[in-house]
Amino acid sequence: MSLKNLLSDNRSSIIKKWRDIVISTYPIDTQRFLKKEKDRFSNPVGQTIAEDLEILYDQLTSDNDTDKIARSLDNIVRIRAVQDFKPSQAVGFVFALKRLIKKELGSDLKADDLRDQIESLDERIDNAALMALDIYSQCRQRIYELRVIETTNQVSRLLERANLKIEIPEL
Amino acid sequence: MADTPKPEELSKIDHAPPLMEGWMDVPAEIRPGIYCYGAKAKNLAAVGMPNARDWNPADEDWKLPDNWEQIVEEGMKDRLDKYRSFKLFMDICVRCGACADKCHFFIGSGDPKNMPVMRAELLRSVYRKKFTAAGKILGKIAGARKLTEEVLKEWWTYLYQCTECRRCSVFCPYGIDMAEITIMGRELTNLLGLNIDWIAGPVANCNRTGNHLGIQPHAYKDMIDFFVDEIEEVTGIRVEPDLNRKGAEILFVTPSGDVFADPGTYTAMGYLMLFHYLKSQGLDITWSTYASEGGNFGFFTSHEMAKRLNAKMYAEAKRLGVKWILGGECGHMWRVVHQYMNTWNGPADFLEEPVSPITGTKFETATGTKMVHIIEFTADLMRNNRLKLDPSRNDNLIVTFHDSCNTSRGMGFLEEPRYVIKNVCNNFYEMPPNTIREQTFCCGSGSGLNAGEDMELRMRGGLPRANAVKHVHEKYGVNMLSCICALDRAVLPTSLGYWVPEVAVTGVHEMVANALVFEGEKERTTNLRGEPLPGMEEEE
Repeated sequence: MSLKNLLSDNRSSIIKKWRDIVISTYPIDTQRFLKKEKDRFSNPVGQTIAEDLEILYDQLTSDNDTDKIARSLDNIVRIRAVQDFKPSQAVGFVFALKRLIKKELGSDLKADDLRDQIESLDERIDNAALMALDIYSQCRQRIYELRVIETTNQVSRLLERANLKIEIPEL
Repeated sequence: MADTPKPEELSKIDHAPPLMEGWMDVPAEIRPGIYCYGAKAKNLAAVGMPNARDWNPADEDWKLPDNWEQIVEEGMKDRLDKYRSFKLFMDICVRCGACADKCHFFIGSGDPKNMPVMRAELLRSVYRKKFTAAGKILGKIAGARKLTEEVLKEWWTYLYQCTECRRCSVFCPYGIDMAEITIMGRELTNLLGLNIDWIAGPVANCNRTGNHLGIQPHAYKDMIDFFVDEIEEVTGIRVEPDLNRKGAEILFVTPSGDVFADPGTYTAMGYLMLFHYLKSQGLDITWSTYASEGGNFGFFTSHEMAKRLNAKMYAEAKRLGVKWILGGECGHMWRVVHQYMNTWNGPADFLEEPVSPITGTKFETATGTKMVHIIEFTADLMRNNRLKLDPSRNDNLIVTFHDSCNTSRGMGFLEEPRYVIKNVCNNFYEMPPNTIREQTFCCGSGSGLNAGEDMELRMRGGLPRANAVKHVHEKYGVNMLSCICALDRAVLPTSLGYWVPEVAVTGVHEMVANALVFEGEKERTTNLRGEPLPGMEEEE
């Protein structure tokens, strides 16, 4: 059996366990809510995790569309970048997929002819993790940028009106 | 508001607390990005607030007075005696958990202590220990605990992670108003000098100079003059606003944020244009450089401070001899006026019941306060066909509307803003029902939490609102979020800048002014922001 088939046969159970791993990074009392509430407007964090992990799984294990991978990673990491996580915790969920697949498929992966396919999957997951790191870094930078923009916006009109600054007029 | 629960519903309530085991033993963490800077000594001293000293929440030593525990206990007792609501809210919660997942900070942060029931429990646990027999005798078993410095720090941490938006109260079967609990809790912290500077600074400035930033009258006038020039450039019409004019019929008061920071400035220009338009129809109105703040950060400090700042608007109305007050687009300003003003400073019997000089409509809901929200005033003008409007000028905008917590839940302005918006723009789409009207999500930065240093907290709190905006952006191409609150205009551009950068923010009266057709105006090629009007891209 090819790795692709194995991953597809075990799709729902692996995705569910992957989701459990991500949810388990939140406090126990929050986990219940994140899993239970299915309305995406009442529970944007839980539903984003549920929906985008599914997309990520499909893309990483079969379709490999980089744009879709980036978009789903962005959806999840953008949230985790402002929550109580260290950088490693915020993006670590991507690596967790590697361990999870090996644990779940166990002996099925031992066949020699799968080695290349496993290596290639590992590489895709590693790349996704690096993308997640880039996104995390951009998110943090964006927060600082927004803080500067907001501060500038609060005072710039005043400086101008108080004749403390006069800009070169438009041509 | 919440429906009254039926007996069978009440009997189903699980009395087991939905709270984490051992929550009392998990101390609060004061983390950068989440907390706001402590109030500076000068700002507390300026308004006579206690324990004025510079302090840093990140330090171990908060420089509390020696008898701080006694101060809190007496403060709590005083408030339990004075406010029946506080006593009731301390006693009646059955911890059903209906509110638990309704708070934007809980939804966005995942921190269980941000569940409203839990946030209230922080105070209730101390209340039980000090004021109930069961709590005194049984202690922890009865959910009671001693007030220690650690507990006080936990209070502070979470009381300043609540924006007093009252969304949770909509879902509470008992109607417990969590905002009232936060308000009381914050009053207690203020007895110890534990305010945040983003609130204390504006309060001190407002008390002395008249607005949050401490803008002096000449600078205020200068800014209005600048708007007059800008408006002339866009429309060819020179508006002639009055400032501090005695004997005017109406005093106009608006949040200073709209006079000094974009995009609120365009809304301020909108007011100026609307007033000029109505002049020939008999509008007799003046702005004031002294009552130059509609906002009231005293409301996030104590009732006494809120009353003091609120009184300033009325003192100015009296000084100028106006008949009534028209107020700009603002949120908490209206909660203060609508729900508290009459008790604190009313009745304003030196003023008259507001009547629109244009349509003759009596604003009966404002009989007590004599103060009318401009959205109601404008909706009435439109209903009576007093404005010539060309909504196609806003055709470049695909608009949705964010109900501000205070005007929707606090005042019931649900239809008026929508009516006005639909009159001035052709593309309007609602966000999902569980995110608007009474169930609206807070901007995430209200009640004085719109500082810069707590940006992570603001982004967490802003997530549920932004998430719904993102949905209508993706589904309908929405590119403009409208609102009738100055704080929203100050903070939502930042929140959306992180979550949905494709969507900008506008006040409703900016769109009104863009659609307003003046007699004798020049052909308009741009809107107030200087962007080309639809079909005018070539001329630019």
